[in-house]
Amino acid sequence: MISEERTIAETAKEIVEEFALFDSWDDKYEYIIDLGKKLPPLEDKFKLDENKVKGCQSTVWLASDFKDGKVFFKADSDAMIVKGLISMLIRVLSGHSPDEILNDKLGFIQEIGMTTHLAQTRSNGLLSMVKQMKHFALAYKIKNGSLPERL
Amino acid sequence: MPSAAIQKNLDIAAIREQFPVLNREVKGRPLVYFDNAATSQKPQEVIDALVNYYSNYNANIHRGIHTLAEEATAAFEETRDAVQQFIHSPSREQIIFTRGTTEGINLVAYTWGRQNIKSGDEIIISAMEHHSNIVPWQILCEEKGAILKIIPINDAGELLMDAYRKLLGPRTKLVSVVHASNVLGTINPVKQIIELAHAAGAVVLVDGAQSAVHMDIDVQEMDCDFFAFSAHKIYGPTGVGILYGKKKILESMPVFMGGGEMIKEVTFAKTTYNDLPYKFEAGTPNIADTIAFKTALQFLKNTGKEKIRKHEHELLLYATNRLEQIPGLRIIGRAREKVSVISFVIENAHPQDIGILLDNRGIAVRTGHHCAEPLMQRFNIPGTIRASFAVYNTKEEVDELVSGLQKAIKMLS
Repeated sequence: MISEERTIAETAKEIVEEFALFDSWDDKYEYIIDLGKKLPPLEDKFKLDENKVKGCQSTVWLASDFKDGKVFFKADSDAMIVKGLISMLIRVLSGHSPDEILNDKLGFIQEIGMTTHLAQTRSNGLLSMVKQMKHFALAYKIKNGSLPERL
Repeated sequence: MPSAAIQKNLDIAAIREQFPVLNREVKGRPLVYFDNAATSQKPQEVIDALVNYYSNYNANIHRGIHTLAEEATAAFEETRDAVQQFIHSPSREQIIFTRGTTEGINLVAYTWGRQNIKSGDEIIISAMEHHSNIVPWQILCEEKGAILKIIPINDAGELLMDAYRKLLGPRTKLVSVVHASNVLGTINPVKQIIELAHAAGAVVLVDGAQSAVHMDIDVQEMDCDFFAFSAHKIYGPTGVGILYGKKKILESMPVFMGGGEMIKEVTFAKTTYNDLPYKFEAGTPNIADTIAFKTALQFLKNTGKEKIRKHEHELLLYATNRLEQIPGLRIIGRAREKVSVISFVIENAHPQDIGILLDNRGIAVRTGHHCAEPLMQRFNIPGTIRASFAVYNTKEEVDELVSGLQKAIKMLS
């Protein structure tokens, strides 16, 4: 799930290609739901209020870890489709440096049609997840001594 | 009335033709619109009334002496007359235009509330209130040191009237309750609630956001002191609400907002305020939407509220019956008296997932807490899926919902 050799862009491209194989939105959702089911549940010790992502109709917990200059994410949700979307975000972003995470625009979300297909209120939840992941990356970067270029 | 009684059933196909949005497709399928408790769709004649106003007589009202201003003023005031009839208000001066139910409740909280609620006084609301009928009173209570009390409900979603009787006391100044719940559909016994409150010397506000479209509203028979509702849930445009109040109370109330329209005379030394209803209508109102609301009320009248109610009730019974057969589905809100709102949860499926997958089949329902978080806490659920029916909905659409749910459950299991 964590692709250390691949860049964020490469993994994102892979996902876009996978989605291109589906004929219908039913198939896409089935795939996302399947990803959600496969995402390992987050241990209760991480299910803290400070790990809750706001802006979702459902509850999302997002926890992170910093090892060898790389950020690793763990997440969970009580809703399955959101969980599937998180799983994709983790696949793309986890295991990369704060800079790589901060600089990526995550265009793949739009390319697979998620921003247009999900209603605004729901994709706001998706966007707040992305935002939270970037916040974690930024926090590790600052903690690590090197201030970001744009502050 | 007599001709309406002779005619048996509504021609739903013909009614559907009057609502242009129902012709559209969503996600490649015909739209099934079951989010009517949030807002109803608008018939062509209401849309035409808006276009006609802007095309032919757009003008600011009440002040101008030119023809356009006179026409616009007349049309605007005709809506006030139509609303007066719609809720059987004793006079047109008691109909105050607001932006919606929320503003109506806030108007009462900020004027009557600030004037009459003192430290230690009590305000009673119910466990099934919308945030709009909770938060304004919380703000007021905090400001005045007053106490907010809650009428509990049973598992069916009905008010516990004995508990309500016990809550009433010498410090009760206001009872503010919803007429029909936006989540449970429960129709509350407002007449009885009002009688008891009046006996205790309290004033009563009825939140009619959900009831006005389905039920016959007679504010005199009900004897409420305030009644607030919104146009957009009654086939009318957004941004128009109505606050009705008893004349004596409205006259005694301080003004809400200062500005144009609400004044009689302004000098820098002193301003005298206008008479009812203009005293509470500061600034240029929502002229176009208010004018078009009259057309919505005509649509309701011409179609026949009684016949609409019968049709919606049939849909509610049909949907209840069909949904009950889905394994793992639990209906939240089992009151004996309900408007056409049906909320439910499904075992092992989050409402949000169901909502997304139904939308993927062109079915619009509401999911979440429906701006009634305390009610969700009462039932210990994160949210519900809610289908709410209007005059243009059909049993075939309910069948679509059922098969959409079956498919969604299969995908999620």
